[in-house]
Amino acid sequence: MTQPRILEVRTRILKKNDELAREMRREFESLGLLVVNLVSSPGTGKTAFLKETLSRLLARGIPAAAVVGDLETDNDARRLAASGVPVRQIMTHGLCHLEAEMVRAHLADWNLADFHYLFIENVGNLVCPTSWDLGESVRLALLSVTEGEDKPLKYPGLFNTADIAAITKIDLAEACEFDRETALANIDAVRPGMQVLETSVKTGAGIEEWLASLATRRAMLTP
Amino acid sequence: MHELSIAMNVAELAREHSRLHGDGRVSAVTLRIGRLSCVHEDSLRYSFELVTEGTPLAAARLRIIEVPIRIWCPTCEAERELPGIQRLACPECGHLSGEIRAGRELDLESIELAPETTP
Repeated sequence: MTQPRILEVRTRILKKNDELAREMRREFESLGLLVVNLVSSPGTGKTAFLKETLSRLLARGIPAAAVVGDLETDNDARRLAASGVPVRQIMTHGLCHLEAEMVRAHLADWNLADFHYLFIENVGNLVCPTSWDLGESVRLALLSVTEGEDKPLKYPGLFNTADIAAITKIDLAEACEFDRETALANIDAVRPGMQVLETSVKTGAGIEEWLASLATRRAMLTP
Repeated sequence: MHELSIAMNVAELAREHSRLHGDGRVSAVTLRIGRLSCVHEDSLRYSFELVTEGTPLAAARLRIIEVPIRIWCPTCEAERELPGIQRLACPECGHLSGEIRAGRELDLESIELAPETTP
């Protein structure tokens, strides 16, 4: 044989991660567990948003848990644990995103059937987490008013994979001269029709709407 | 640098498939990368070189086919290719559409096995 041979492979590069994530999602959903993957830039307020979410769920007796990805510290996990719900830290040691296997390894000895919601706080990054399915049912992309209205246009890949967007820190909108209409139009341009929440953990704006949206989505899972 | 993780997955898949076919030397690897997939081509090439160094894949060329975004436009009732990635709107009528038909690919398309050298 003197000619090179071409093997058509036609497979997803992240096949291993995809298959594991699919298997995890099936398990989560069969337990009635809604898993949410939170993605944003560093500094958008993911941790504060999640802390508020967890506190309100806890106050209503709705069981939830969280795993938090971070490059080096466990500061976020400690902040979240203050809300009184079970929290685990995934330290990625420099890796810019979470992968399905890392999440699974950190869930090992939790009885997932005990929870209604599991939140995964991804590493603060608007590029790298895009292609890694973590077995979530909902991907929430957060964007703060301090970041500028054009973030969705700069990171269309990530916003396009999201199921819900949350604009955070809207209590600061005026001080930042945040152009709400443009921000909404930009989100709609990269993910037409996506639900957008306008939130503030300071004033509580949008948080009830967020919890209601979670409840609706969880109700749709129940087998 | 998530391209490093992607390159590791590419190398692993390429090795697996070449082993299934007589373990020949891989001379090229072809990927299809959609424009919405957030992969930086230069970083991916650099990462691929790094992860294949000293392995049977070291000499393999990396071919990358960039796939533009295609959406379904319900107004025109047609599939449309988009010039950019920042507006999922039909270039003909301006209708926004989230019905993506192409552009999210992150696929290993094929591998090329070098001809066996006669002893």
